[in-house]
Amino acid sequence: MSTAPLALPPAARPAPRRQVFMATALGCAAGTMMIGGMLAIWVLLRERVVDSGGRFPVDYIIPEVASNVMLMTIWALCLFAQWAVYSGTRGDRAHAALALIVTALMAVAFINGQAYVYATMGVEIDADYYGALFYAVTGAMTAIVIAGLVYTAVAAFRVLGGRLRETEILSAHALYWYFAAVAYSAVWFVVYVTK
Amino acid sequence: MTTIDTRPDAADSAVDGAVGGSALVPFFVGVAAWVTTTDHKRIGRLYASAGLVALLVTAVLGLMLGIERAGDGAVLEPNALLQIFQAYRVGLVFAVVIPLGLGLAIAAVPLQLGARSIAFPRLALTGFYAWLGGLSLTMAALGRNGGIGGGDRQAVELFLVGHGLMILGLLASAGCVATSVLTTRAPGMTMRRVPLFAWSALVGALGMLLALPVVFGVVVYAFLDHRYAQLNFGGAEGIGLWLGWAFSVPAVVVYALPAVGVAAELMPVTFRSRQALRGVAFAGIALVGVTALAATTQQYVFDVTIDTDGTTFLEGAVPFLVFAGLPLLGILVVIGLGGLTAGTGLAAGRPRITAPFVFSFLGLGMVVVGVVGNFAIGITDLELIGTVAEEGATLYVVYGAALAVIGGLLFWAPKLWGRTVPDTQALPLALVGVAGTVLAALPLYVAGFLDQAGGVPASDADVAALIDLGGVDQGALWNTLSLLGHGLMGLTVVAVVGLMAKTFTGAGAAAADNPFGAHTIEWSTSSPAPAHNFEHLPTVASPEPLFDTVLEGSTS
Repeated sequence: MSTAPLALPPAARPAPRRQVFMATALGCAAGTMMIGGMLAIWVLLRERVVDSGGRFPVDYIIPEVASNVMLMTIWALCLFAQWAVYSGTRGDRAHAALALIVTALMAVAFINGQAYVYATMGVEIDADYYGALFYAVTGAMTAIVIAGLVYTAVAAFRVLGGRLRETEILSAHALYWYFAAVAYSAVWFVVYVTK
Repeated sequence: MTTIDTRPDAADSAVDGAVGGSALVPFFVGVAAWVTTTDHKRIGRLYASAGLVALLVTAVLGLMLGIERAGDGAVLEPNALLQIFQAYRVGLVFAVVIPLGLGLAIAAVPLQLGARSIAFPRLALTGFYAWLGGLSLTMAALGRNGGIGGGDRQAVELFLVGHGLMILGLLASAGCVATSVLTTRAPGMTMRRVPLFAWSALVGALGMLLALPVVFGVVVYAFLDHRYAQLNFGGAEGIGLWLGWAFSVPAVVVYALPAVGVAAELMPVTFRSRQALRGVAFAGIALVGVTALAATTQQYVFDVTIDTDGTTFLEGAVPFLVFAGLPLLGILVVIGLGGLTAGTGLAAGRPRITAPFVFSFLGLGMVVVGVVGNFAIGITDLELIGTVAEEGATLYVVYGAALAVIGGLLFWAPKLWGRTVPDTQALPLALVGVAGTVLAALPLYVAGFLDQAGGVPASDADVAALIDLGGVDQGALWNTLSLLGHGLMGLTVVAVVGLMAKTFTGAGAAAADNPFGAHTIEWSTSSPAPAHNFEHLPTVASPEPLFDTVLEGSTS
């Protein structure tokens, strides 16, 4: 048994290690697995329906313009999130705040687009095999965007609260939107393009 | 430090001091300090305590089901069997092996890293409550005729909601552990110098972050389909086909990774030697993490036969060896390097065999047997798929991991609550626990070869098949042995918890700062560790800084 003093030499305060950014990256990885898994099940079930002679997606008409605009919206949203990072790095509070506000508006526009798709398609969740699948995947995607909207709000409060030089949260926020854009691109391709 | 990353609140320390100073401090003040704590050591202990209680309950359920099987279905209420089977299988995974491993990681990893706190302590605590709430909902649903194949529609949905909540909570806590290892290491602690247990916690947390979201996606699908359409997933019974993989091997292996880390951590301490080929040990632990992909891709569907032509064999064998072989190889690498480390230590002097080492090493041995079982199940010529051998492999992994984690709790007890659990009392319990694990699981391997049906039941017909031993040679004997094993495991848990509780209350001598002669930096702080872990941030110049400082008199 050792009872000797065990003091190690003291260290200087370490540099910040981007905890929020790292946690966001891990969250994005988890979200990617969730969406990837859901799309894999979608493809599997679609294959079963088609192989058995069924129609997929039944007789629903997909509003391609709306879904394409949503795709453009979410990628444009990434541009504005990155603008916020750029402005924050330069200490430009006005532009950082403006970029975050536009980011939030784009996110709201995306959600609005999803609502339009729901209203236009009129998919009944309990009428056939397609409904529950469709609302599960698109609902999960919408939940991701709503979470991003909350993230944007938190980042905006911090920037407006004067912590502009702490750009880590802005970078993490931008990373989240890149993830959301990639996730929606996959959803768009599987659900709205290949159907 | 961000505003989200909060160091342990001062209230914890204040209440600790008050409790120690006066017996008149109201009970609820102490309780409030625990339930709102941001001290990672307490959050980890909350997880581990709940996991130990769940282990006891699960062992009792296993015992009851063993009686039912051995007695040919004459003991328990037939209508409740489906739910009891599911409570047992869900409990083994979501109530035992995950929270035990995660709890130990939350409690010990920040100390090992030289951090003042876990990353996002409030999120880690929220994760605990979400998991606990989800588990409660799941069990309540099972109690109301819910679960897979349940007869009460709302209770089936409550079962799925409970699972979703549990998964979100576990993901939150796992994310905190992974972020801590990646971002809160002490100055000088590069990733190559991270302690082996912390590395295993990182790999395990990443495995959970990759595997559990897939389960969550299935839960979302299953919930919506069951609630509204019941067309895609086969209603309540069909949920088992989509969700059953989460309660079995190979998925459980990734949750057992902290157990591998505990054994790897204790080997150099026990044999007073440096870890041999440290980088290779890291790779071995990482290989075990491949099981996360094995679980999510359902690798066992690859048809691997022994007696077929070369081309067909290769098409099946390659993915099989990647998904089932690499994890086995990883664990064997860890054990092999442990042997090398032991050999070096034995050449220099006598080892110091302690109860934590015996618990963790034998626990790792049990996990290995479970992983070997998982490997064997994938070979279709053995015809083990769909048999009770799968339950045997799961039991080996879960009970083995639980024993290893108990070893970890005993090892870090001086830092967590300032007392050492006496070796003379704890060591025999390790042997009882291992005997319990072998008795509970090995007969199921044998029964699997004799074609006793297994799996997670999704209907009363499945339950009837599970308890029907008509075609199994000496089926009652194997199942009687298994129920005895569950009983021994339950007794082990009761005794271990009793021993720990005795030292919680202050019995026994206060622990020295480094009672085991361990090598990593958490042993340089006082026992118990203060709320902020270290009086000053330590500098790390090697993977085993205390080994250098104390045993070699060098700081290089």
